[in-house]
Amino acid sequence: MEEFSLTTLLAVFEEMFGRGLFWAMVLVAVVITLGYVYVLIRDRSMSMRKFLLAQLSMPVGGAAAVWFVMLITNSGFADLGGPVDWIVLLGVFVAGAVGFAILVYVVQSLLRGKQAGA
Amino acid sequence: MEFDKLTASRRGFLGLAGAGGAALVLGPGSAQAARVRTSARILILGAGAGGAAIANRLSERLEGAQITVLDGKQEHWYQPGFTLIAAGLRPASYAVSSITQWLPRDITFINEYAAELDPEANRVTTTGGQQIEYDYLIVSTGVVLDWDAIEGFDLGMVGPETGIGAQYAGPDYAARTWAAIDRFTNEGGVGLFGRPETEMKCAGAPVKITFLAEDIATTKGNRGKCDFIYTTPGGALFGVPVIHHRVRQIMDERNITYNYRWTLKSIDAQARTATFDTPEFEETLEWDFINVIAPQRAPQVIRDSGLSWADRWTDEGWIEVDMQTLRHARYPNVFGIGDINGVPKGKTAASVKWHLPVVEDHLVSEIAGREGTRLFDGYTSCPLITRIGRAMLVEFDYKDNLVPSFPGLIAPLEELWISWLMKEVALKATYNAMLRGRA
Repeated sequence: MEEFSLTTLLAVFEEMFGRGLFWAMVLVAVVITLGYVYVLIRDRSMSMRKFLLAQLSMPVGGAAAVWFVMLITNSGFADLGGPVDWIVLLGVFVAGAVGFAILVYVVQSLLRGKQAGA
Repeated sequence: MEFDKLTASRRGFLGLAGAGGAALVLGPGSAQAARVRTSARILILGAGAGGAAIANRLSERLEGAQITVLDGKQEHWYQPGFTLIAAGLRPASYAVSSITQWLPRDITFINEYAAELDPEANRVTTTGGQQIEYDYLIVSTGVVLDWDAIEGFDLGMVGPETGIGAQYAGPDYAARTWAAIDRFTNEGGVGLFGRPETEMKCAGAPVKITFLAEDIATTKGNRGKCDFIYTTPGGALFGVPVIHHRVRQIMDERNITYNYRWTLKSIDAQARTATFDTPEFEETLEWDFINVIAPQRAPQVIRDSGLSWADRWTDEGWIEVDMQTLRHARYPNVFGIGDINGVPKGKTAASVKWHLPVVEDHLVSEIAGREGTRLFDGYTSCPLITRIGRAMLVEFDYKDNLVPSFPGLIAPLEELWISWLMKEVALKATYNAMLRGRA
């Protein structure tokens, strides 16, 4: 894997999802992340109430990510073999959970606007 | 900058997003090697994985080169997918695409085969009678499957009615092989699996389909009425000793019988028997399912050209290239990529991936007046499927060393889900990226 680079990784993902869908997904992720930074700067603080709901929604995002991975493969939980398999599954769950939490936080902030004491 | 001094405006953020997106898209591309100007005539024989990928790479690296690709096929086959098709996990169409869709636009594609190759005169004559002269030749024809070598066998026999499989023959035959395996694992009986005596592409595939069929029978609850027998002409189940022992261990655990030094000689489709050459005498076994894999050889045009080894693989005809530079030993303007190479290991797409930068380096360097430096160490890999959902990611080199890409993380001899995911989800995307010269 001596030539395993970012360009290789991007090329592989483009082939996996199709160029349009892949970059659309990247764009969505970038927009949500920027939205998160935007509301943080706009509000000058993190709203713990919004953060609580975001945290509570994390298992949903994590479960959805795991469900998606299981959807695209002909394998299941019984096939998990070694420690690395559990780490990968956990990674998928965490990525889904964190991503969804950020999304939930941003959506609340944009819908409710800047709220005093929130 | 203080946090509360930052001003947030939508326009400002869109600008930032645009800049970030542009950086991502343009990315590290500017770091690529400078293009070399040349008017060299480069002929590539075969537009499979090796031929298509090197055409894209050379088209990217060379400016003004006259690149011609010669291949008589219409379809490109993603051959690593054949095992998944033969296990009922993908349709035949999974492995089929158009051959031209992978080729760069600025080359000449001739949809004919080579009929005659004269490396002394640097000339190839096509099946349509065209004569093509070249300065450099890249041989990437792959292998031909010698089905006639199995007496009594005909590809038309493959299917559930006869109980004969032949997943190597192509996507449709792989699908018919699945129909036969499906029936066998429903009805039970004796399943014969094995490999041919010659060098072969993806030497792990005969083992994989055996494991998969056994797993499918087990999942259906029919394992008790199915017997699995694996035969091999050699004295091992895999060429690399440490992997052989692991495969043998799994076969023992799953009650799959194996016979060493058995070579399939003929089959009788009516009587459902197969006859094998063994060291002492001929053995005949009855079967309810048999997976036939043909002996494999270089195409006749290559064997007639004088490019083959004179004293090795004499009945198979692989070309005489240096095992590290992949440059022909007697014709320095000829290179080999992929299965056609007469090197000790690796008729796999993974080997193609590592042949490519070596051949590109030596060819482009020579055109630029330098000497190439990259060497191929025999790397190849095989996601050795052991059941639906698990595989062992075995990677090894010329020395039979295990060379894991993710040492300490993905154990090569452990049956893992992550290795299965790589095969089922990521491999085709990586392969396609390789064809485009991007991986």
